[in-house]
Amino acid sequence: MKILVCISNVPDTTSKITFSADNRSFNQTGIQYIINPYDEIALARALDLAEGGKGTVTVISVGEASIDPTIRKALAAGADDAVRIDAAPKDARFVAKQIAHYAKDQGYDLILTGRESIDYNGAQVAAILGELLALPSISIAKKIDLTDNTLTVEREIEGGKEVLSLPTPAVIGTAEGVAIAKIPNMRGIMSARTKPLTVLAAEEISSLSEIIAYETPAPRGKVTLVDPGNVSQLVDLLHTQAKVI
Amino acid sequence: MSLLVYVENTDGKFKKSAFEVVSYAKAIAALTNNTVTALSIGHVAAEELTKLQKYGAEKIISADSNQLSNFINRAYAHIIADVAKQQGAQVIILSNSFSGKGLAPRVATKLDAALADGAISLPEIQGDNWTLTKSAFSAKAFAKLSLQAPIKVISLNPNAFEVQENEVSAQLETYESQIPAADLGVLIKEVVRATDKVSLPEAEIVVSAGRGLKGPENWGMIEELADVLGAATACSKPVSDADWRPHSEHVGQTGIVVSPNLYIAIGISGAIQHLAGVSSSKTIVVINKDPEAPFFKVADYGIVGDAFEIVPQLITALKAYKGQ
Ligand SMILES: Cc1cc2nc3c(=O)[nH]c(=O)nc-3n(C[C@H](O)[C@H](O)[C@H](O)COP(=O)(O)OP(=O)(O)OC[C@H]3O[C@@H](n4cnc5c(N)ncnc54)[C@H](O)[C@@H]3O)c2cc1C
Repeated sequence: MKILVCISNVPDTTSKITFSADNRSFNQTGIQYIINPYDEIALARALDLAEGGKGTVTVISVGEASIDPTIRKALAAGADDAVRIDAAPKDARFVAKQIAHYAKDQGYDLILTGRESIDYNGAQVAAILGELLALPSISIAKKIDLTDNTLTVEREIEGGKEVLSLPTPAVIGTAEGVAIAKIPNMRGIMSARTKPLTVLAAEEISSLSEIIAYETPAPRGKVTLVDPGNVSQLVDLLHTQAKVI
Repeated sequence: MSLLVYVENTDGKFKKSAFEVVSYAKAIAALTNNTVTALSIGHVAAEELTKLQKYGAEKIISADSNQLSNFINRAYAHIIADVAKQQGAQVIILSNSFSGKGLAPRVATKLDAALADGAISLPEIQGDNWTLTKSAFSAKAFAKLSLQAPIKVISLNPNAFEVQENEVSAQLETYESQIPAADLGVLIKEVVRATDKVSLPEAEIVVSAGRGLKGPENWGMIEELADVLGAATACSKPVSDADWRPHSEHVGQTGIVVSPNLYIAIGISGAIQHLAGVSSSKTIVVINKDPEAPFFKVADYGIVGDAFEIVPQLITALKAYKGQ
């Protein structure tokens, strides 16, 4: 069984997000980069499914050479090899098209992505890949099991879940519940240095959309503290001042 | 030209998000001199379908067959794109719900359309170039996204646009066509839905609790408070990691991003990753025994005190208020 895991290089979750003076680009100085947390879940599940010689796990990412340390982290966690498509990722459609172009004749049984990246929050890659590769896709999975060539997947829905059964090959976006991220051990870190990382040239793809500016949320006013001995005052304020109840 | 809106139903009843997307489409139609066509997929009775007239749908198309009784994103995306072509729709609008997230990218890919994923504003329109606001960096920032293709797909975040009445009279049509077999290759084995609970992404009020609650056995008062308010319950990440609560309740940068009218945080410190997911709430109330808890810095109202004393009093005060 061949599994492909799509990973994205994102700012660490503790990052304070600021923008250039013209508000057109994200300030990268001092930012630590990590594997997108949802992609770590996808990778962990892929490694479990492939464990004991049942399959191979390839990670793929679209990005410039600066993301190699993030890709090496995925190799250290246990992926067998890696592919980097050499281009600055413009948007989700660009990334998905590059990955689809690579994956279309590689015979992957399962393609996993995180449900969304924590920077642009598109939640698009799994579904676009499904469409481009003519495969079924599930965008937000909470559980993935595989027996023979049949996947059983729990999908998140408002107020509950759906259990789905589908044949491989398929594309699935993973959320919490699917697996717990694996922390690389020393041996993994050592072996990651020599695992194959293939760099491929990117396809030419024109954009249909563009982020033209960023804004940071307006700061909130000062908190109004209510005396713990007078809780009903909070109810009054929520009714008369905030008008939310 | 018309705008096409896909409206989601649950067991034959439209969700609140259905009325939101129709209201939103109607507002765009007013800006662009267009009409609104709504598309419903699955079994929805005529009486329910006609409810969409109230929010401005001038044409209502229903695609109803046994094959479509459950959501299969490929089949649904096929129908939406097909109807968009039939109707000559240049703009397709749907909700950025859990199902919508699996649909919008497929529809956009089929139509070679530009996609606004999770719009929270009406578009600013300059000819073919539409600019919309969406949240980015898990609600730590906003991005202005410009859509530059003639065909546009907009997925609208739940709770981002208020339902607006705009009564028109609509004609009802049915959609009939063969769905390609490959698009139906997913089998739904089971649907589990808590019908008595308010769904978190759509909730107007959210009652959320953190590690300060000490253990799962103490969630009774949180559920009671949510009940009194008609609210959904939520939690911080360590709480769902410890299995005190299900993962579906975890809000934050790596969980669900919510934007209710009222978010009540109880025994949650306010870590940056948690705040990312709740900062677009209209009003935030924080109950925490530590006056230095970072959450107070982004709160509108706060009570410094022990949750085990404050929450029961709040329940009593709310019951008194509701009883008036
Ligand atoms: C990669 C990554 C991603 C993350 N993503 C998320 C995310 O999406 N969402 C998220 O929530 N967290 C996330 N976290 C975790 C986050 O950093 C915090 O650890 C977490 O939010 C803290 O949860 P808490 O506030 O419930 O617990 P704590 O930080 O332990 O805070 C408990 C609070 O309860 C108060 N308290 C204690 N007892 C009482 C009482 N009797 N009455 C009133 N108050 C009381 C305390 O004063 C304290 O402020 C992430 C972390 C990482 C590293």
